Amino acid sequence: MSVGKNEPRRDGPAKLTGRALYLDDVNIPGCWHGVTVRSAVPHGRIKSIAYDPAFPWDECVVVTAKDIPGKNLVTLIEADQPLLADGLVRHREEAIVLIAHADRATAYEAAKRVKIEYEPLPPVLDMEKSEKVFKSYLIERGDLAAGFAAADVVVEGEYRTPSQEQAYIENNAIAAYEEDGVLIVTGSLQCPYYVLKAMKAIFNRGEDKIRVIQTVTGGGFGGKEEYPSMLAGHAALLALKAGRPVKIVYDRHEDMAATTKRHPAVVRHRTGLSKDGRLLAQDIEVLMDGGAYATLSAVVLSRGTLHAAGAYECPNVRVRSKVVMTHTPPNGAFRGFGAPQTLFAAELHWEKIADVLQIDSLTLRRRNIFKIGSTTSTGQNLMESVGAQECLEKTVTASKYVAKRKEYDRWNKNPKNRTWKGIGLSVCHHGAGFTGSGEVYLASRAGVALTKEGELIVLAASTEIGQGTNTMFAQVAADALGAPASWFSVETPDTHKVPDSGPTVASRTCMVVGGLVGRATHELKRAFEQEHGRVPRTRDELRKAAAVLCQGAPARRFEVQYEKPPEVTWDDATYRGDAYGVYSYAAIAVDLEIDKLTFEVRLVKVTTAQDIGKAINPVLAEGQIIGGSTQGLGWALLEEPVFKDGVMINNQLTNYVIPTSLDAPPFEVMLVEKPYSRGPFGAKGLGELPMDIPGPAVAAAVKHATGRLIPTLPQTPERISQALQ
Amino acid sequence: MIKLTVNGSKKSFKGAPFKRLIDALREDFGLTGVKEGCGEGECGACTVLLDGAPVNSCLVPLCQAEGRKVETVESLGSPEKLSKLQAGFLACGGAQCGICTPGMLMTAHAHVRSKAKCDDKSVRAALSGNLCRCTGYQDIVKSVIKAAKGGKR
Amino acid sequence: MRGDAGSMTVLSPRTAAEAVKAYAKAPSALPLAGGTDLMVGWNLGLMNGRSVLDLSRVAEWKKINVVSDGVDLGSLVTHAQIQAHPVLRKRFPLLVAACATVGAAQIQNRGTLGGNIANASPAGDTFPALMVYEATARVVGPHGRRAIPIGDIFAGVKKTTLKPGELIEAVFLPFPDEAPTRGAFRKVGTRAAQAISKTVFAGLIWNGKGGVLGQVRLSFGSMAPTVRRLHAVEEFLRGRRLDEISISAAAELLTNDVSPIDDIRSTREYRLRVSRNILTAFLKGELK
Repeated sequence: MSVGKNEPRRDGPAKLTGRALYLDDVNIPGCWHGVTVRSAVPHGRIKSIAYDPAFPWDECVVVTAKDIPGKNLVTLIEADQPLLADGLVRHREEAIVLIAHADRATAYEAAKRVKIEYEPLPPVLDMEKSEKVFKSYLIERGDLAAGFAAADVVVEGEYRTPSQEQAYIENNAIAAYEEDGVLIVTGSLQCPYYVLKAMKAIFNRGEDKIRVIQTVTGGGFGGKEEYPSMLAGHAALLALKAGRPVKIVYDRHEDMAATTKRHPAVVRHRTGLSKDGRLLAQDIEVLMDGGAYATLSAVVLSRGTLHAAGAYECPNVRVRSKVVMTHTPPNGAFRGFGAPQTLFAAELHWEKIADVLQIDSLTLRRRNIFKIGSTTSTGQNLMESVGAQECLEKTVTASKYVAKRKEYDRWNKNPKNRTWKGIGLSVCHHGAGFTGSGEVYLASRAGVALTKEGELIVLAASTEIGQGTNTMFAQVAADALGAPASWFSVETPDTHKVPDSGPTVASRTCMVVGGLVGRATHELKRAFEQEHGRVPRTRDELRKAAAVLCQGAPARRFEVQYEKPPEVTWDDATYRGDAYGVYSYAAIAVDLEIDKLTFEVRLVKVTTAQDIGKAINPVLAEGQIIGGSTQGLGWALLEEPVFKDGVMINNQLTNYVIPTSLDAPPFEVMLVEKPYSRGPFGAKGLGELPMDIPGPAVAAAVKHATGRLIPTLPQTPERISQALQ
Repeated sequence: MIKLTVNGSKKSFKGAPFKRLIDALREDFGLTGVKEGCGEGECGACTVLLDGAPVNSCLVPLCQAEGRKVETVESLGSPEKLSKLQAGFLACGGAQCGICTPGMLMTAHAHVRSKAKCDDKSVRAALSGNLCRCTGYQDIVKSVIKAAKGGKR
Repeated sequence: MRGDAGSMTVLSPRTAAEAVKAYAKAPSALPLAGGTDLMVGWNLGLMNGRSVLDLSRVAEWKKINVVSDGVDLGSLVTHAQIQAHPVLRKRFPLLVAACATVGAAQIQNRGTLGGNIANASPAGDTFPALMVYEATARVVGPHGRRAIPIGDIFAGVKKTTLKPGELIEAVFLPFPDEAPTRGAFRKVGTRAAQAISKTVFAGLIWNGKGGVLGQVRLSFGSMAPTVRRLHAVEEFLRGRRLDEISISAAAELLTNDVSPIDDIRSTREYRLRVSRNILTAFLKGELK
């Protein structure tokens, strides 16, 4: 058995020796450098574009919207975002002109020689003042008025979360070139088939004339979900016009200022409860800032909306949500995808309720938390794999939460102590895979190929971006076949080689695509049994069996397509039903202390238990949990993009600070494995889950330490100081 | 012409003396294990050892590397024969997306080689100039401690 | 990266005398020490076409000389060198502590004391320590040498009082006549490591006779366009007993010498409050 074992990371040796080739490492002969001229106003009409006559433009290739052969559109959900601004600009840093030159520095110099004049238009920069709604949702369960009427107390709260930069260490980078009439696009990206779809519309080409290949990718976290479609279009326009390869590699300040970030959000709760702390009514309003174009905002908001009520049973719920337009760079995918914003509110709201009811938030959570048989806000019955309680109890025990609450209460009463100490708790659910009917529409495919030489190759478009996709696929395939994982290699995501497994997002790669890989490998196993008599036991036997199964062909592919589990039903119109096939669960306790002189927060320890169904590879799974939690802690304590006039002004790693090794706490991670009958070997989604709850747990711990509930992230020393004034 | 020693072999460079060390290593000497993450000396992905000490190669013009010894990740093990430190990273989950890894390894390598203390606190302090967005650092710290303790390859 | 290496002219003097001569000939050249500041701007493409005066070969400026009345630090001495020097560790611990908070190892191995002074960032981590040790910068130029008290070398944000053609050759740290009773350094950065200061403090106290304060030297960085000695506070405290009343009065006087602002890293209000807290704790003997 390979599943459950710590197989060493497949991509490890290459990455550890500097051999792994990220886009900027790839030697592409004759490749030019592309740069982007961007909008200097948040909203306006382009009056003129002038090119400095003193500059040798004949050395360059210059592209504007006029050069786009097909649609000037980055295809995603709504057809609203142009590939290059044409006439109107709707946000700062919007791409207008592209330039390529053989020399990188000269390309940047050329960009400086382009002068664009605008007729400025008034921008809307504050989401609360925006009247343009991209998307809204309504979830209703039970009778809200009756719920409030029956309530002994009603508690209201408003919670705010800022944007967040993905801060992958490899900036966005894509190269394009044409080879034998095929447009090849290669680079750092999460979703090859998203790029392919966008390219088809931009270049009016069929799939056979476009090939998208992922290179080793230095982190994504959602930041390379949709943006690479735009960058690929830019690189390809330049490459086709130049008749040679062109790569665009952003530098850090451009990447930070121009590319997508987490949606800022304001969430309001009005909650009715009985005296003993039972939830009777939840009325929740969610507002998110989509930025200038709709991009993925509708689905980010959807996930946020579906998680807004938290991992708790409440008979009467209303969630009203909307995402609006502002004249700022479009916000997009970031690990958690809307859920961290709404869960921050849902979880921190317990601390407010605890104060009103004089019942601690742990007791309140225990009273209301999801169990087998609970019903969610969309009316979904949770019939299996509900590990919320177990995560909570394991976290409470291992963190010594109850004892520490008391100990720190005593500590904080002593004015001689130089710190305040606090421990805060948070719990969440996170739906794995696409929302509602999303997986049905995706109809993902994955497979396994057997070559006549006896090689076994996993075929999927899911990308390895550091999370361990390739290792996990090999382990799943190995156990599905009953063979060692070392027999399997994993094909590079290349749209001419692998089927469309859907995007590498939404915590779906293991549960959904891993499941497909498992099913495809079962078909291979059946073929071995029927045509060779049994599954080969040695490499030699594998080669012999391969010759039999391939019957002279170079390879035989076993491919399967997603099939909706029959028990899953969902209605997009009413937002009722099974929003997700299953949920993962997590609980976290953050133990911290605050310096009384400086209000600086030091994380003492983080304890977390996470129910992921089954850890296919525990070291990799724990790596996801610790890494994802650390991103959550960064958002909770440090990270805040500062916007001025519609553009991020701390767009450097010096001033947008992410945690260092000295900021990150020691972690104790406990894996909870409540198997999901539809997941491969019981596995559920994992990637986003750990991002969801560090924020509210930090805020709860700060409240415990200082007595002040700060309803805003990040909980900076400045905000703590202000709260204590 | 600028002469320097890179991973033990003598090199000479005839291009612009203000070319950055990172660019010379990547473009002229083919050592693409050196990564650029920020170009402002903040992320440490471009860390190499200059006369044995970690530096950000994005902040070093080549004219300042004349006569000096440069070590990059390529001087450690190979995929077939990882160094003890690299093997520690593989076993403990010290690398995820891998883009910070070469710089992280070089800083860790200098720290372990200096025979400095290798407990949680000192390793975290030593690595605090290398940003990692994937791991949350714990497994990196574990990897370094494991390697320093002389765990078997 | 937007710098154009081919557009740059590099001047490479091998001695101090050559450096001064070369700089006199090319007064618009950018002096380059450890590059930890200059290269950041260069990478952004802000210095293309300029000349650079690369000082890295000037060996005499890389030495730490202990002399009878103090320590002479060559301007190209790195933050790492300072931390490793036994005499500096013993006699100038606040400077050593400050150097350990400048960036992380990679920056400390390259960044130089002289380069940092010439760069004149309001947030320079070592400057408060240099202020309370009453360091002197020695500069050399076409018209010879002069000594500038460290507090007089900073003219504003990223501005110095260096005259055209002048280069910093050394920083002199005088041994105090008497060992201070206590001292402390405290940096409050944007995170636990590799951070820029929101406020940064150094202080030294010498107890006088009869339970009153003898000498006191206090300095803050990041609290004004340049590093500041707290003259008003120091004057107020000299000869006084340190008690609740005098300490709280001293903390009130802080704003006589500093004027922090709101910026992308912090707020005026926070900087003032925390600096007062730090000052108070230091005077109470509680600053660790």
